Amino acid sequence: MMAEKILLKGNEAMVEAAIEAKCRFFAGYPITPQNEVPETMARRMPQVGGTFIQAESELAAINMIFGASAAGARCMTSSSSPGISLKLEGISYIAAAELPCVIANVQRGGPGLGNIRAAQGDYFQAVKGGGHGDYRLIVLAPAGVQELYDLTMKAFDWADLYRNPVLMLGDGLLGQTAEPVVKKKYRPACKLPKKDWALTGCTNRKSNVVKTLMLGSVEALADHNRHLVQKYKKIESELSLVEEYMTDDAELIVSGYGMTARIAKGAVKNARAKGLKVGLIRPISVWPFPTDTFKRAAEKADKFLVVEMSNGQFVEDVKLAIECKKPVEFMGVGGGWYPTPENVLEKIETVLGG
Amino acid sequence: MEFKKTKVLKDNPTHYCPGCGHGIVHRLVAECIDELGIRERTIGTAPVGCAVLLYNYFDCDIIECSHGRSPATATGIKRVHPDKIVFTYQGDGDLAAIGTAETIHAANRGENITVIFVNNAIYGMTGGQMAPTTMIGQKSTTSPRGRGENHEGPPIKVCELLSKLDGVEYLERVAVNSAKDVRRAKKAIRKGFTNQLGDKGFSLIEVLSMCPTDWKIKPAEAVNFVEEDMKKVFPLGVYKNRSGD
Ligand SMILES: Cc1ncc(C[n+]2csc(CCOP(=O)(O)OP(=O)(O)O)c2C)c(N)n1
Ligand code: SF4
Repeated sequence: MMAEKILLKGNEAMVEAAIEAKCRFFAGYPITPQNEVPETMARRMPQVGGTFIQAESELAAINMIFGASAAGARCMTSSSSPGISLKLEGISYIAAAELPCVIANVQRGGPGLGNIRAAQGDYFQAVKGGGHGDYRLIVLAPAGVQELYDLTMKAFDWADLYRNPVLMLGDGLLGQTAEPVVKKKYRPACKLPKKDWALTGCTNRKSNVVKTLMLGSVEALADHNRHLVQKYKKIESELSLVEEYMTDDAELIVSGYGMTARIAKGAVKNARAKGLKVGLIRPISVWPFPTDTFKRAAEKADKFLVVEMSNGQFVEDVKLAIECKKPVEFMGVGGGWYPTPENVLEKIETVLGG
Repeated sequence: MEFKKTKVLKDNPTHYCPGCGHGIVHRLVAECIDELGIRERTIGTAPVGCAVLLYNYFDCDIIECSHGRSPATATGIKRVHPDKIVFTYQGDGDLAAIGTAETIHAANRGENITVIFVNNAIYGMTGGQMAPTTMIGQKSTTSPRGRGENHEGPPIKVCELLSKLDGVEYLERVAVNSAKDVRRAKKAIRKGFTNQLGDKGFSLIEVLSMCPTDWKIKPAEAVNFVEEDMKKVFPLGVYKNRSGD
């Protein structure tokens, strides 16, 4: 039998993947360019016996997720840059309480109200924290609608496995692009732990408490934070997703994430056709960052070029990963605009020529 | 009648100041849960405020929420488990300042939850700053000359405000400063829970309560303050009873 292939916008694909992965609770608040997510959820959730709530704000939405996740449900929320800023309070609590959930950020231009075009200015916010305190999110950055579909499905499993929020870091371009998607049947990506911590009423068991306040001895919070650090180390050692393209003999490694990397890949192909020795590294998980891949590449390549739709955030992680052992050139496109493969090729030629 | 321990409250001594109303309200909520036999299907929310450690005292499933967001969190829980009994426990700062939007919208959606709203007209936990319910002329650390109507606005009356919303099932304001009031408060809290058992929707019980520490008066005077001052501004009574029973 042929697998079902349908045309979906990125935003819609996320919803279909979530529902296939048994997500049954969604709360969100409208913001462009992610509106198809709540709109499709509103239509689809009742069909599968799930709950859709249009919350009164992003604050309310993320706190509904806090409750739904604590109650044991697979749940999801989505937003775009300014809305994610508002969700950060809740995200910090959810991370602190070690609750699983999936959060999508379909990034737009910023800071402030910015514009509604595709941008990647929320990278620091996504991978370095954003909310208060010592926490980490698992951050996945797909570069196409099919990948977005596949990763969204897995995101729920990784969230459950590590009891940690997973952030799908997209942008307006990915959310609004329609591409054919092969709808796959959900199969758990890993053995899933029992949710014996969930709040379900304490019938025949001791009562469960979900909390983030760690008073008492001076060590209470330090212990909890040490536990979180251990967990984050484990995630770093187990979860690393990266695409490498023609890096073996590359003199120049181009890097980026999400849709920018896809555009850059086109440029790398064209550069190869011209006989230039160029390759691409595209982190798919931007936290954990695929540091080893970059380290290995830095032993062979002469130079790096980072392309991103912001004025320089991701580039810092590349420099850190290669410990500044090779020069890193930067091509930043800010303000809600994206580079074309021609722009990137031009830059590649300049960097190689210079 | 014999005064016994409830099944819901644990043996832990509470951290509340002498003369504080929170302990009484805890006891009333616990008695209602016991009498209705719902401990094993109850999920509570603890606020940020003096009652943040509620989970140390209540022996049922509890989630501690961020400041003001309990009604949203409770919404998430209740929608996942419509058969469970979900209550929030919130102070006036929590419910009527930072969480005003969450309160109004959960009420307006008619969420089938029970809200226990402890109004002590001040921010207790953070040391006695002005609350949205602080009364005109009442001094606090951030209204040292007394709350002024023009500068800070008059106190927010939550029952009156929410009574305008069609989605709300039941609103009653009670107090815990006298034995008679405590009995009435218990009846109201019990009704808040039975409404939920009957799927009737959003119930909120506002409880006028004492905070002698941050009012900077003796516990006995605090009891009088509720009687003489608070009840004038926040009249007791049923503000809404949609289905009328
Ligand atoms: C986002 C946020 N802002 C402020 C605080 C600090 N804070 C803790 S308790 C509290 C006031 C609580 O007052 P109330 O809700 O009236 O409860 P009470 O302590 O009087 O019982 C405040 C402002 C916080 N924890 N989180
Ligand atoms: S500060 Fe006030 S509300 Fe808080 S425990 Fe003491 S008396 Fe009670």
